[in-house]
Amino acid sequence: MFENFPILSVITFSPLIGILILAFINRENGKWLRIVGIATTFIPLILTGILYSQFNKASSASQFTEHFTWLQFPLNLDGLRVESLTLEFNYSLGVDGFSLPLLLLTAFIVSMAAFASVNIKTRWKTFYILFLLLEIGILGVFLAKDLLMFFIFFELTLVPMFFLIGIWGYQNKERAANRFLIYNGLGSAIMLIAFLIIITTAGLTQVGDTANYIYTGSIDTIMQNLNDPNSYANTNVENNPSHLSEAMQTTVFIMLLIAFGIKLPIFPFHTWMLRVHAEAPPAVVMIHSGILLKMGAYGLVRFGVLLFPDHALNWAFVLAVLGAINIIYGAINAFSQSDFKLILAYSSISHMGIILIGLAAFNDIGFQGLIIQLISHGLISALMFLLVGSFYERTQTTAIDKLGGLAKAVPFMSAALLFAGMALLGLPSLSGFVGELLAFMALFEKYPIVTLISTLGIILAAAYVLRGVMKITFGPLDEQLQQQVKQDARLIEVIPMVSLMAFIILLGVYPSIVTDITQATVVDFLEQILSNGG
Amino acid sequence: MNQLGLTVADLATLAPELTLLITAIVLTLIDLFLPENAKRHSIAFLALLGIATSIFFVSQAFGPEQVISILSTSYRVDDFANLMKLIILGGTALIILMSVGSLDKQQVVHKGEYYYLLLPAAIGAMIMVSSADLITLFVGLELLSITSYIMVGMNKKNARSAEAAFKYIVQGGIASAIILYGMTFLYGLSGSTNLAVIRDAISQNADAFGPMIYLSLFLMLAGLGFKIAAAPFHAWAPDVYQGSPSPIAAFLAVVSKAAAIALLFRIMLNVFFYVGSDTTFIYFDAMLAIQVLAAAAIIIGNVLALRQTNVKRLLAYSGVANAGYLLIPISANGFFNNFSELFFYLVAYLLMNIGIFAALMIVSQNNEDDEVNEELSAFSGLYYRSPWSAVATVLLVISLAGIPISAGFTGKMYILFGSIREQDYWLAAVMIAGSIISFFYYFGIIRQMFMRSNEQKAVFRSVPLQVVLWFCAILTLALGLYPNLVLEFVSSLFSVPEDLFFL
Repeated sequence: MFENFPILSVITFSPLIGILILAFINRENGKWLRIVGIATTFIPLILTGILYSQFNKASSASQFTEHFTWLQFPLNLDGLRVESLTLEFNYSLGVDGFSLPLLLLTAFIVSMAAFASVNIKTRWKTFYILFLLLEIGILGVFLAKDLLMFFIFFELTLVPMFFLIGIWGYQNKERAANRFLIYNGLGSAIMLIAFLIIITTAGLTQVGDTANYIYTGSIDTIMQNLNDPNSYANTNVENNPSHLSEAMQTTVFIMLLIAFGIKLPIFPFHTWMLRVHAEAPPAVVMIHSGILLKMGAYGLVRFGVLLFPDHALNWAFVLAVLGAINIIYGAINAFSQSDFKLILAYSSISHMGIILIGLAAFNDIGFQGLIIQLISHGLISALMFLLVGSFYERTQTTAIDKLGGLAKAVPFMSAALLFAGMALLGLPSLSGFVGELLAFMALFEKYPIVTLISTLGIILAAAYVLRGVMKITFGPLDEQLQQQVKQDARLIEVIPMVSLMAFIILLGVYPSIVTDITQATVVDFLEQILSNGG
Repeated sequence: MNQLGLTVADLATLAPELTLLITAIVLTLIDLFLPENAKRHSIAFLALLGIATSIFFVSQAFGPEQVISILSTSYRVDDFANLMKLIILGGTALIILMSVGSLDKQQVVHKGEYYYLLLPAAIGAMIMVSSADLITLFVGLELLSITSYIMVGMNKKNARSAEAAFKYIVQGGIASAIILYGMTFLYGLSGSTNLAVIRDAISQNADAFGPMIYLSLFLMLAGLGFKIAAAPFHAWAPDVYQGSPSPIAAFLAVVSKAAAIALLFRIMLNVFFYVGSDTTFIYFDAMLAIQVLAAAAIIIGNVLALRQTNVKRLLAYSGVANAGYLLIPISANGFFNNFSELFFYLVAYLLMNIGIFAALMIVSQNNEDDEVNEELSAFSGLYYRSPWSAVATVLLVISLAGIPISAGFTGKMYILFGSIREQDYWLAAVMIAGSIISFFYYFGIIRQMFMRSNEQKAVFRSVPLQVVLWFCAILTLALGLYPNLVLEFVSSLFSVPEDLFFL
């Protein structure tokens, strides 16, 4: 199947169908706009499901690859003794065991978020168009096999997010949108410089034995060149502008760490994401917290670690410490917040720290933990913000002081919240536990003290989750609240809640559905890192 | 053969310029015989016809087997000049098109003069990019400048327009004088006004003439810095843009800037290229000076744009920053890709700038009365008032901010590639930092369009303006998706030794 069928392009750009249909629906026609908006997100979901069934789990290579040259900038040859010199960017897509789980997560969360967008009360047409554009950007990020492609898809998420936060957010939406734009713009800018440095050095390739040379953005070629001692990037002779010195490699690695650290976010680059969590509409935060943060982790591993393995290994301790800081800082702050959205935002920072812990271990358990943690946190935070949105719709507040006793008024939603809380604090048999356990186990062999300190975060997690969830669900029910909150979850809210809960349980009791796909790729990654970096 | 006089064959070489000249004369006569209160649309369309003919003649001159050099090698028709002429003529055509139907709103009383002054200005710009001699070069520069002074003051009844014209003429005059003063040193050192002769003379005696060469270099750089509105020589731009009719502001921002940039490029690579010796490194200092100028323009332009509430002033400062981006390829050392970088970004800059001025004219004017609102609030609620215009404007703003997929992004990325390839990392960092700062004010326009409500009057309905807006928006997107349309064209024509150097 799919031998000559560009399945990955079809998946990436399938939301365009919905955008085109939406463009022709009257903007007052809310019902149909919603139906088309939600239905469209199922196209990539079904297609990625088919992709999953066809995926060869035993192989670590990129599969279903598509490749053609997209841009060729002919560079001037005067004064050079070559036949042709071009700056080349490829339209290049591929999926491997690392990107497939994230791809599935994306398609799934976006569909669930589309359900959650019933809370959106105005300007549905623009909302769904931007929403689907955002999906194209995210899907592309996980599939791109060329530096420029990756960058363009990464940037493609920026503009729709700006609108989605700025138009449909809460009180301080515009400041949050600006903060988002500037911080992420800065991250992208640093990333672009780092990528261009890589392209101008490790990207210089001779085509066969001819006198034709290209600067390429293809990740595979760049990786080959970086590992080849005879490539231009590794030839240290005088007047070789393409030489990528050791110092320069370190600089590029740090630049990538910062660029993706802003997205992840790594302390102290996290302030923007607090605002986004607090101000953006629930459907958008589901995507933001559930998927967009994962793009940072994905980029860090794909570019920072795999392209510069020796630097990553040297920096393992720093990564572990950064992870520990994230965990502890996020957990302590989460404990002191009075707004439930901010508790969740800080808990996201804390949970992203676990990803760094898993990465810093540089062994297969750590990597598996990292990937499971990415997926699991995506599911849990999506569920959490879905619930936050549903609660807010009924209570008009997320301040935990003003909430209480909702278990009587809305038993189903309260149960779901309790479930999400248990998942978040890492209850065994739910998905959150698996990722944490693997990550900490992996790092313990290497840096036991850092690991022990980080596990404090788990204890704190229990404290802040219970503090928030219990206050909302149990205790006396305020009279005013009793008047406001009458209706439990509607069917359109129940569907995504139950689906998310089902996958959280499934991943918790049967993590092999993810580890089976990732195993071959993880082994291959580690082999590359340890052989090239050791 | 260095022939002094003008022959019939030379006239054919000058066909693009002569076409415009004849058109301008014909338009003057038509204007004279048209009744006082007649609409001047016919003049505008004849002017467009003249430009189209001129573009045709330019395209005929592409890729000459041998560079044509006439009038005692003072005037060159090479592909560098031809490509730049395309930008000048294309820009002027779009500006004439966007003026049709809007001149009343812009309170331009003398519509006939308006159109037939734009043509000589374009001729001046074309002479600038084609000249190989200090005198022709200066004649072109002055022809462009003097017509611009008049056009800025076209809105005679408005005090701000008069103020702008006065400021522009005084400061522009000083800048011209400074350029001229810088040129006199070159003439004094070499005894010739021909750029090739000057290069030979000063490169042989770089050590002895060192201080004087530096003086001449910096004087010319300051004067041309004024013409392209690069910081710190930019102070006139916001006032002049604000006071002049919108299409003229676009003309200054695009055509004047392109011509002056091209002139600077020629002079730098012809007169100062690798001039120096073991003890003095004039060329490297010149490049460093341009880099510093570029960095200053990027930082100052972007920072000052942050606080602007008037769209024209904002665009003036954004133009300062863009002048900085355009200077970077000129300052790139030795790597000869700089022309295609410069040209591509000029094309992108032309499209997005003229497009955004057209958008401004659509929102700032209205069909009912003569009120013109050029504050940022003019864009407010555009999404509700005219959703499609808002979409086109978003495409242009995204391009200006340098976000993919747009010509502005591709152009900036290409320039960035060049400077990183040259390992000028600090310049790349400045450039990208400037882009981030610019997000603030460019997205301010988007915020107005999508996140503010507006009960104002409907937008200005004008077919030519919509045509210009959509032409620019769609081409901006198309060049972002497929920049090779321009790049392959340039690379098929242009070669550094033949088209840039006067060997």
